Amino acid sequence: MKAFTYERAKTPAAAAAAVAGHKGGKFIAGGTNLLDLMKLEIETPTHLVDVQDLGLDKIEETAEGGLRIGTLVSNTALAADARVRRDYGVLTRAIVAGASGQLRNKATTGGNLLQRTRCPYFYDTNQACNKRKPGSGCAAIGGFSRQLGVIGTSDACIATHPSDMAIALRVLDAAVETVDASGATRSVPIGEFHRLPGDTPHVENVLQRGELITSVTLPKPLGGRHFYHKVRDRASYAFALVSVAAVLNEDGSGRVAFGGVAPKPWRVEAADAKMRSGASAVARTAFADARPTHENAFKVTLAERTLAAVMQENRA
Amino acid sequence: MTDQPPKMAVTFKINGKAQALMLDTRTTLLDALRDHVGLMGTKKGCDHGQCGACTVLVNGTRINSCLSLAVMHEGDAVTTIEGLGTPEDLHPMQAAFVKHDGFQCGYCTPGQICSAVAVLEEIKAGIPSHVQGDVSGTPEMTVLEMRERMSGNICRCGAYSNIAEAMAEVAGVRIAETHEAKMRDGEVRA
Repeated sequence: MKAFTYERAKTPAAAAAAVAGHKGGKFIAGGTNLLDLMKLEIETPTHLVDVQDLGLDKIEETAEGGLRIGTLVSNTALAADARVRRDYGVLTRAIVAGASGQLRNKATTGGNLLQRTRCPYFYDTNQACNKRKPGSGCAAIGGFSRQLGVIGTSDACIATHPSDMAIALRVLDAAVETVDASGATRSVPIGEFHRLPGDTPHVENVLQRGELITSVTLPKPLGGRHFYHKVRDRASYAFALVSVAAVLNEDGSGRVAFGGVAPKPWRVEAADAKMRSGASAVARTAFADARPTHENAFKVTLAERTLAAVMQENRA
Repeated sequence: MTDQPPKMAVTFKINGKAQALMLDTRTTLLDALRDHVGLMGTKKGCDHGQCGACTVLVNGTRINSCLSLAVMHEGDAVTTIEGLGTPEDLHPMQAAFVKHDGFQCGYCTPGQICSAVAVLEEIKAGIPSHVQGDVSGTPEMTVLEMRERMSGNICRCGAYSNIAEAMAEVAGVRIAETHEAKMRDGEVRA
């Protein structure tokens, strides 16, 4: 690990200013992904700004009837919140389908959105990776790509976003609230928060340098039945091959987002409109632009079948 | 490079005893416990949060000590395997691991025991899990729940079934009435 200086910020704007003011500055919250990557020297911050004292660890009701989740709320605390379990079941289900108990206890809401891909070629510093080292190429294309992306990818990168939580936030139409060094705030819809790789896969989201996530807001409850089905190589503690986050109504209408398939939570609103026509109609629309490799073409079929299983459960 | 790497002071309680250390900022909580406090019970397995051997309790909550910087724990109370019980006065979970042979080589065991103690508390506190039927309800104290919640602790000797028995005994749950019955009834998927 490269050496770094460390400070604990006292206010969100001060934290943003501290990162903006240090070349090589970075926020640290739970640290479960950042420290992992720092040990491998994939992340090499020279100054860490610890945000644990900012008081952003509460879940509050909004005037619109939704919830404002502080960025430091742990994955465990968010999944366990009585209002989330009752009104946003897809979110609880997605969170407890990810990582391990120990990791969920430390990992935070904002940090979860900012975690990096688990593409093995990103993690292996001997391999070419445009995300880790822009311009170096992509060893994943033509490599072992079974776990990797099938849609939204590019000739520069076929990595997926690894989060389960974010897939549920996408289906719930959450928004990401931020503050910058000047104290200015903004709210970014979750669907616009993560960027597709294009030819700059190292730029993964719309945050500016020093811009800090302060909270994630949920609109008022959608009702309906909430599902998060995750298909993976073992029953627990593994990343998704494919996951389906869905909120379905009694008449079969609803909305769906897919995980494990793309560089961001994958939701196509035009596909939501096909929900009553069945899983294959939805999947045909949602994955119309899929560009799988020979090793991961199964994910498109698996996504459709996983959605079909969810729809069947909704009818039961 | 002639500059010395940055060091910082940190004070926390380890197993009830105050410790004031001056550490390279890069020092993980795991390395602080082992190399600076001298508590060798907590183990370094993968050092990347994948195996659970380094699991300790911080303010009562289990975490991977390898994925946490020591300097981030100013004022925290850390409990390691040494703080749960002593050879003369074992914690009930330690005693149950011995009774049920919940280990072979023993390397993952301190992390398994710290995690197991916390898992029973998490179920009692109503923290939901992936195997819970209805997440709006309360999780049940079953072996299925315990197994799911222990998935962050790997045992390459494969002592899992004995670990589950040890946990069930401490929780006051009879295995025959839970996991095996559910396997028989098809409630547990392979």
